[in-house]
Amino acid sequence: MSLYLLCFLLFCIGLYGVLRKRNIVKIIVGLGIMEYAMNLFFVLLGYRTHGRSPIEASNQQILNMVDPVPQALVLTSIVIGLAVTALFISIAIRIYEKYGTFDITKIKKLKG
Amino acid sequence: MIFAAIVAIEVNDLLSSVVAVGAVGFALCVAFLILKAPDLAITQLVVEILCLIILIRATIKRDLPLVIEGRWVFNTFVTIIFIVVFLFLSYFVFKELPAFGQPIMRVANLYLNEGVLKTGSVNLVTSVILDFRAYDTLGEATVLFASIIGLMAVLRSPGRKGKGKV
Repeated sequence: MSLYLLCFLLFCIGLYGVLRKRNIVKIIVGLGIMEYAMNLFFVLLGYRTHGRSPIEASNQQILNMVDPVPQALVLTSIVIGLAVTALFISIAIRIYEKYGTFDITKIKKLKG
Repeated sequence: MIFAAIVAIEVNDLLSSVVAVGAVGFALCVAFLILKAPDLAITQLVVEILCLIILIRATIKRDLPLVIEGRWVFNTFVTIIFIVVFLFLSYFVFKELPAFGQPIMRVANLYLNEGVLKTGSVNLVTSVILDFRAYDTLGEATVLFASIIGLMAVLRSPGRKGKGKV
């Protein structure tokens, strides 16, 4: 149970970063940390004690495998997280080129 | 890992923040290895390196003016409210969670027992993402390419006539 609590703590740190910080890069970092916490939570849910990784061997029978379904979903989620981060960063670079700052309170002319 | 996350949020220099979030990612990679998910560890490693390159590209040679003034009290108040609401809801989730180490494996038992026979793939994670749930992977590729299109549309240098500034 304590591992779940640590995972939630990591998520809370990311949430704090997203809500409190004013730098765009810090906000992106906070979103990344929240995403890591979610992935870790799914893999923790699928873990089985004394489990083996879900790869079949030819010469032996493996009985106690961990759950492959959360791992597959998290594999998808990691790649999508990379795409989202890249898009965020490109928008942040554009904002920096236009306004000369990463501070979100200084960006006032949203109408373009 | 938690310590590195706190450092990543709290440190003032942007570049060290990015390096700290890289430390979080690699710790996550090790955690995946311990949790018996080698495919995830490999993917996390590659994605982490790419993420670091992109983030460093965004932050290098850009200084961070430290902002003190503003509505910090209101901001902190709202943040604490959100975190308390999240913890309050997660308390209800804790009561429903299965105990650590004994997952509910209704669907997964089918995959584990018949995966090799039905798909012929030895690695069961691969058989799940490429055979049983192939539409998810198709959607993932769609999202990836849509993101690349968006990235090129945003980052393209404005060379056309008309509106000069993007």
